[in-house]
Amino acid sequence: MQINLILNGTKVSVDVAADTLLLDLVRSQGCASVKRGCETSNCGLCTVFLEDKPVLSCSVLAARADGKRVTTLEGLQEEAAEFGAFIADQGAEQCGFCNPGFIMNALALFREKESPTEEEIKEYLSGNLCRCSGYEGQLRGILNFLAWKKQKQEAAE
Amino acid sequence: MTIREYKKAESLEEAWQLNQKKPNRVLGGMIWLKMEKINVGTAIDLSGLGLDTIEETDEGFSIGAMVTLRQLELHPGLAAYTDGAVRESVRHIVGVQLRNLATVGGSIYSRFGFSDVLTMFLALNASVELYKGGIVPLAEYAQRPYDRDILVRVIVPKEDAKFCYQSVRNSQTDIPVLTCAAAKNAAGEYRFAIGARPGKAVLYTLPADAGETPELTSARFAASIRSRIKTESNMRGSAEYRNHLAGVLVKRAVKQLG
Repeated sequence: MQINLILNGTKVSVDVAADTLLLDLVRSQGCASVKRGCETSNCGLCTVFLEDKPVLSCSVLAARADGKRVTTLEGLQEEAAEFGAFIADQGAEQCGFCNPGFIMNALALFREKESPTEEEIKEYLSGNLCRCSGYEGQLRGILNFLAWKKQKQEAAE
Repeated sequence: MTIREYKKAESLEEAWQLNQKKPNRVLGGMIWLKMEKINVGTAIDLSGLGLDTIEETDEGFSIGAMVTLRQLELHPGLAAYTDGAVRESVRHIVGVQLRNLATVGGSIYSRFGFSDVLTMFLALNASVELYKGGIVPLAEYAQRPYDRDILVRVIVPKEDAKFCYQSVRNSQTDIPVLTCAAAKNAAGEYRFAIGARPGKAVLYTLPADAGETPELTSARFAASIRSRIKTESNMRGSAEYRNHLAGVLVKRAVKQLG
């Protein structure tokens, strides 16, 4: 079946099978940041935005994205680089495989809540698994990023 | 799972007709369906039928089958009515990304043993609206075998009651070891729904005795439920441990509901 979607701001028209998953579709379109980590809808590595909401692309039929906007890390380079630097500063990750999904969901959190508490950060990101770290580095990176953003905003006012 | 054809239903009648054929399946959030080893003929998608809203009136809430668990979590009306119990019942389920997909209809239709959603809605005295079968109390629907009707909505009546929700989990986002949703109405009657036994949630209604102290009430309820509840062992906990937890959660619920 033919479906039309807006992938990272660009109109895409593709032929998909009835059971093609959104994860495989976006990867076939060159969005290699989107990873398959678990096959059990649990790890968060395949996180993309569907109509601006973070979802597990491994659990969405490509057919269900017909007529919708899909955003992957490839479409959020500037935002991702700005925030990602703070994670890198902490040396938070080792292998980096979980990073794109983690950054996507962190960006979704920042869009929903401007200054989340530590508890709110942990709750929002609890569906993003990392098997190298203990999440402490990521948490420090997020808190530093939020502090930096707040400072920048205050300086601008 | 494989799917031969995908069909976005244009009406409930069309969805129902398609669903009468054995290889066809209705899609919810597709979380669990995806992990089944099945070959689906036609995947029936209800997402074009406007079933993705929560409507609140003076009488209650009407929750469309395609409403996501995340919508339940963020709905101010449900939070106010249940004192945050609905939010508490879903916030531990895997992650935001999964809760943006998983649907109320999928959870309730599936009637999974570990279902936080089923536990919560049982205590809320909810009913389900079936396309052919009409409105059925959830407590009855939970006991029914799976059929080929279409679950359209979940209906929650507003009553003068207080609610709370608790679950025990080995880790924050895992499937629960035991769930407990409780309600206390203006007449002093208590309802306890206990799930993840690991069998599906069951509902107990117990009258309070006005002459009793809260401590005695909670001890009596805990003993009553522990003697009646059927628990089993699995990798997350033993039958004995679950029975013990049931008593603890019931006591805590009574304390919280006053």
